[in-house]
Amino acid sequence: MSGFFSPRLLRNLLPPLSLAALLVAIFVLQPRTMSYFGLNLLLNLAIPITLATIAQMFILCVNELDLSIGGFVSLVACIVATWLHDTPLLGIAALAGLIAVYAALGALIHLRNLPSIVVTLGMSFVWLGLAVLVLPTPGGTAPEYVRTLMTLKPAYVPFPIIASVVIALVVHIFLMRSAWGTVLRGAGGNPRSLERAGWSILKIKMTMFALAGFFGVLSGIALVGLTTSADANIALRYTLLSIAGVILGGGEFVGGRISPIGAVIGAVTLTLAGSFLSFLRLNPDWQIGAQGAILIIVLALRVLVSRAEKRQ
Amino acid sequence: MTLELHPGECLSLVGHNGAGKSTLMNVLSGNLAPDKGRIEVAGVDITGCLTPQNATAHGVRCVFQELSLCPNLTVAENARISHPSISGIGWRGDARRLIGDKLDEVFPGHGIPADDMVSDLSIARRQMVEIARAFAVTTAEARVVILDEPTSSLDTVAAKKLLDHVRSYVRSGGTCVLISHLLGEVLDTSDRIAVMRDGGIVALDRASAFDRNSLVKAMGSVVEAVTDRAAEAAAVRDTAPVVVQATPGASRSSVLAAHRGEVVGLAGLSGQGQTELLVRVFDRAPGTTVDGEVALVAGDRQIDGIFPLWSIAENISIGSLRTFLKGMFLDRAAARDFADSWRDRIGIRTPNVDNSILSLSGGNQQKALFARALASPAQIIVMDDPMRGVDIGTKQEVYEMIREEAAKGRTFLWYTTEMDELRNCDHVYVFREGAIVADLRRSDMSEERVLRASFRADA
Repeated sequence: MSGFFSPRLLRNLLPPLSLAALLVAIFVLQPRTMSYFGLNLLLNLAIPITLATIAQMFILCVNELDLSIGGFVSLVACIVATWLHDTPLLGIAALAGLIAVYAALGALIHLRNLPSIVVTLGMSFVWLGLAVLVLPTPGGTAPEYVRTLMTLKPAYVPFPIIASVVIALVVHIFLMRSAWGTVLRGAGGNPRSLERAGWSILKIKMTMFALAGFFGVLSGIALVGLTTSADANIALRYTLLSIAGVILGGGEFVGGRISPIGAVIGAVTLTLAGSFLSFLRLNPDWQIGAQGAILIIVLALRVLVSRAEKRQ
Repeated sequence: MTLELHPGECLSLVGHNGAGKSTLMNVLSGNLAPDKGRIEVAGVDITGCLTPQNATAHGVRCVFQELSLCPNLTVAENARISHPSISGIGWRGDARRLIGDKLDEVFPGHGIPADDMVSDLSIARRQMVEIARAFAVTTAEARVVILDEPTSSLDTVAAKKLLDHVRSYVRSGGTCVLISHLLGEVLDTSDRIAVMRDGGIVALDRASAFDRNSLVKAMGSVVEAVTDRAAEAAAVRDTAPVVVQATPGASRSSVLAAHRGEVVGLAGLSGQGQTELLVRVFDRAPGTTVDGEVALVAGDRQIDGIFPLWSIAENISIGSLRTFLKGMFLDRAAARDFADSWRDRIGIRTPNVDNSILSLSGGNQQKALFARALASPAQIIVMDDPMRGVDIGTKQEVYEMIREEAAKGRTFLWYTTEMDELRNCDHVYVFREGAIVADLRRSDMSEERVLRASFRADA
């Protein structure tokens, strides 16, 4: 099993390799992107998508699924562009309240043994409705400090790259390396065993949902920082993008098998796939289908690798 | 019954399926609250406040029969799960050392890296990790270690190492409860042996006071009913043609043969290959001869028996839908009348077969499953321990029905873990480790012989 090209290694290498392949293809198609400014433009929108993907990953880690993250990020964006800008205290309280609601959803799903798909699908309409109430027409203004942060121009390395690396490392250290994160991940692998060892699955689920809410809030803030204004429908496509990002990064729907670094890579890959297709001058009508095709190719490769793994 | 555990002793629990060994263990580990009775630790009554959370604090450790490691974590991370005191900076090193040292101590030469993912380990290695984790000591000491069938997935060398460790652990003042079907290791390892039957202890004495024979005797019930069906059964076997012939997967196994109109029992401890053989017959796997259609009565109602969202009528008629075809469509009225008639024949207690199947009690749900199989045109019925958790009255009715159907020429293959049900069979095959190890005619069948065959002679 310890061979240099063991299937496990290949499997772990698949997400970064897909990203590298996509980057090379983009550089060939459009050499001008191979610059500080080009990369900045290319990867800008990856930051909110990455944060939403991390949020989704926390939920998937405890064998649940969040179909409301897109609506949730939209609502956060609307609150950031209005309340947080005009009345900061009210805005902060609202965002903290949203995280608390997420934790409560985790408790509800666990205690009533409800399918998370149903609960979060229902909540997605609640979030969307609230977003329309907060900001009926597109508009609003991003708070100045958010805008400043998101348009930082550090020397040498573009901000989106630094942000992605920081997000990946922080979550990796917390979830994969810390003693606490180990327990959280264990709940996805064998909840019965955790209960027998005296851990509360309820607390773990609430923690994971609260973390998802927290990263959803960060995603909304980052998004408004980039777009400077908000709209109730601004992030609806994040729901499916975030799920695809986690899976693309090597995560699985059940069993607590997730990888924060992989999830970040998956989110960046999906963002780049969109640009790649634009550079190909593909008719926009075909882009979503083509994005799906990229996803299918990568996942098919993964299945092939898993099969090789089983054969060993 | 009263069970006392003393420091510095190993107590073994033995008994047939369903004797209550695992239930007792779940009570001791705090997973089940006792309905009545008391649990005392060192003279302090802790009944009702024992939970899995504080069982560890009381020094109670368990190795459960079904593995309870997290497959998505590494060996060291799994150690952290059951030892909350490992935390803070450098916890990973502590966990690695804890589990690695214990593995070295219990299973020298185990070859399990502490950073390997549990899902990459073989079953035997997972079992070793789980055992080492239970014996490992951090701030909470291991005063009582309960092992449920710990050697079932270990090879003989590893099993020997484990039992040696149990002895040395007991010598150093620990208490060990060993639950095992291998009577040899029970006799060699324990200080005292408790024999359980029907949720109670029927014999409890020093290990040296028992031998293999007396243990097997104690596990069986005292009364052996003699039936007059023996001669009749022999007649069927001698004259009727063979309709099913099958061999279990394991090498060195006898062949199972069922004749037309026979009720053939598949006995032995649970999970010894009986279900697999029934599935082979149902699938007509290569190497099996099956003459006629086969219907199955599932044992686990909730998982592979009922359709929970359907009505009783739909649940019964699904087995014979082809007979209700009217062109391309189903004749629903005919299917419903059909279900109605079977409700009366089999005595399903419901006013209306259009009610949901979940409105029935467990026993009546099982009757509906029997109706599904019996109503189908199949002449061969395989039954996968179908009477689990069914009340005694229903059981008697179903036994009667099986006899009637057998008399009409249907053949039954009946896997059962209950001794009483074997008495309704014409011929019994005893399974052990995936093979048929005994082939008993009705006239030769006795509880003692079945038990004797179920437990290995050399272990």
